[in-house]
Amino acid sequence: MSDKGALLEKLKGIVIDGIIEDSEGATKEALGQGVEPLEIVEKGLVPGIEEAGARFSRGDYFLPELVASAEAMQTAMAVLDPLLRAKQEARKTLGHVLLGTVEGDIHSIGKNIVGALLQAAGFVVTDLGANVAVGTFVAKARELRPNIIGMSALLTTTMVKQQQTIEALAKEGLRSGLKVMVGGAPVTGDWAKKIGADDFAEDAVAAVAVAKRLVGA
Amino acid sequence: MAHQKIVPIELKLQTRLFSPDDLKRFHLAALEIMEEVGVSMPSHKALDILAGAGATVDRQKMVAKLPRSLVEKALKAAPKRYTLGARDPGNSLDLDGKHSYLSTDGCGIETYDLWTGERRLSTKQDIEDSARLADSLPQIAFYWGPMVSAQDVPAKTRPLHELQAAFTGTAKHVQPETIITEEIAKYAVDMAAVVAGGYEELRRRPLLSVMQCAMDPLGQDGGSLEASLVAAEHGLPTGFMPMPMSCATGPATLAGNLVVTTIDALAPLVLMQTAYPGSPFFFAAAPTAIDLRLGSYTGGGPEDYLLAAGFQEICAYYGIPLSMGTMATGAKVPDWQAAVDNVFSTLASVLTTVAMMTGAGMLNGSKIMSFQQIVMDCEIYEIARRFAAGIEVNDETLAVKVIKEVGIGGNYLAHKHTRAHMREIWRPTVVDRSPLQVWEDSGRAGAFEKATEIARRTLKDYQTEPLAPEVQRELDEIIRKAEKTIRD
Repeated sequence: MSDKGALLEKLKGIVIDGIIEDSEGATKEALGQGVEPLEIVEKGLVPGIEEAGARFSRGDYFLPELVASAEAMQTAMAVLDPLLRAKQEARKTLGHVLLGTVEGDIHSIGKNIVGALLQAAGFVVTDLGANVAVGTFVAKARELRPNIIGMSALLTTTMVKQQQTIEALAKEGLRSGLKVMVGGAPVTGDWAKKIGADDFAEDAVAAVAVAKRLVGA
Repeated sequence: MAHQKIVPIELKLQTRLFSPDDLKRFHLAALEIMEEVGVSMPSHKALDILAGAGATVDRQKMVAKLPRSLVEKALKAAPKRYTLGARDPGNSLDLDGKHSYLSTDGCGIETYDLWTGERRLSTKQDIEDSARLADSLPQIAFYWGPMVSAQDVPAKTRPLHELQAAFTGTAKHVQPETIITEEIAKYAVDMAAVVAGGYEELRRRPLLSVMQCAMDPLGQDGGSLEASLVAAEHGLPTGFMPMPMSCATGPATLAGNLVVTTIDALAPLVLMQTAYPGSPFFFAAAPTAIDLRLGSYTGGGPEDYLLAAGFQEICAYYGIPLSMGTMATGAKVPDWQAAVDNVFSTLASVLTTVAMMTGAGMLNGSKIMSFQQIVMDCEIYEIARRFAAGIEVNDETLAVKVIKEVGIGGNYLAHKHTRAHMREIWRPTVVDRSPLQVWEDSGRAGAFEKATEIARRTLKDYQTEPLAPEVQRELDEIIRKAEKTIRD
């Protein structure tokens, strides 16, 4: 195996095993050896995350293992994304998901798990964090033009922000072509329908299936 | 229907998970982390109080590092024993480390309708109805939650509507987990004072206590802290409920989870005792483990039962009463799984003398209320109560004289010793013991059908001691005022 092949294989292994602390170093090492950023993604990271995803689907991996794989990939992507942008190159993905917990709500663990699983499944995820104002969702939707917005709410008193965000997106003319999915402990299918969301999911695994369906993957 | 006296559990059996050395290690671990890393308390009011008492405060991160001496001083100030008051003083609960009390479970979003069976969004009426059912059941000692969210009233005053419905439905103690801003807390205290008959009477007989949800790991919600400061100022007991989930918001190891649980229950004690030394305070908790496939809340499992028993031992080490998430099955309907979860969970709490067990009546991981489940959980409580009482040994119970009298091959049916003691034998309310033929002829009516009948009859016939009309009017008035002053 060439040096390049060995470096890509090493990166793949780092992602599969979720060795977050080695990811950045190995990525920089590959770049230093002259491997193209897009090649690192497509021949190192993506095969790694796909294998991790396959292991999870088979039941060989548990959620924390998959989350670690996603974080190892994310750490590498933080190095590669600016380079890809500079070269105007894009990796193949299932789509771009904008995630956030709604205003007034600071619960984030469920959303974080959804984000990791979506990345593992091949989506690009931008996580706006918790306590995200309606206006921030709208502004980011305009700026980043994601395929999907995913909103989490854990309180019955903050769920209404999901509705307000959907209304604001429509008012700003951003709703068409944009899919909205909602989640969080108090969120039900009835609620999703009532507020005009495209779909909802009860847990992170279901969220991936929903996101795939929404982008036709 | 008659009003029945609350029947608490008094434990005679003993269970121990930890040695004194283990307990000391939990304490030292919590102290080390609170001092070195600190805890998030995103409230300037809270940080001012802690900074004034010697905590190192980072205003940028809204983090307070709590020195060991401050924590230990606060622990000394917290009362070891106090009484939860109630609208009906006969329903007062003695938190003395010797009694366990069951409440309703809470904070759900849907209800299995008692008359149609359909699953639907929860309403304010559901709160009043469930509080009334709880008022009628001697196993339920206080109303926690509210059981479900009043989704048919405006969100900004919802906690107040919920409080009104709870006070209307039951004359027992009320412990909500929804008073999460200073503004709402002030109105809630006003409402409690109206029901108690004044602020001084409320302080003397706190018929309301305030529980908050912690933000694990190592944090609290700012609004919740400020709401609790309002409650403590008026003498209402306060407590904070960590629910770290092993692998996600807590370490995978159960001992590590209990360190996080301890910190997130204990750090707010430091704040409250610094602000109001001697104010009644309780620990609360519902630690759990992640579902390794779905990342979701499990609603039951051996880890939950161990964490409950283990944390109670830590609370007993501190001498602080615990309000522990108990029952709250993950089952979607009242089935085998619901019984397994709730029996083990109840035993874990009962066998370690948890003061407050929250509680009965919810399904799908505390998301769906079932009136039948309230009744059936009370039966589990009754069995546990009898189990906890153990076996008394004395001349009368050994019955040597009686055994000699009956002799070989006789029977005890008509003996007066039997008649003297037979009523000590537990009798079911909803457990089905009917003969097969009777059961088939009844349309296979089991525990669920009996529970349905009891719940329906109670909601039709049972009257809670009503609030005086002028009290009810004042509560309406407070909510109207809140509706005007609280911004959306």
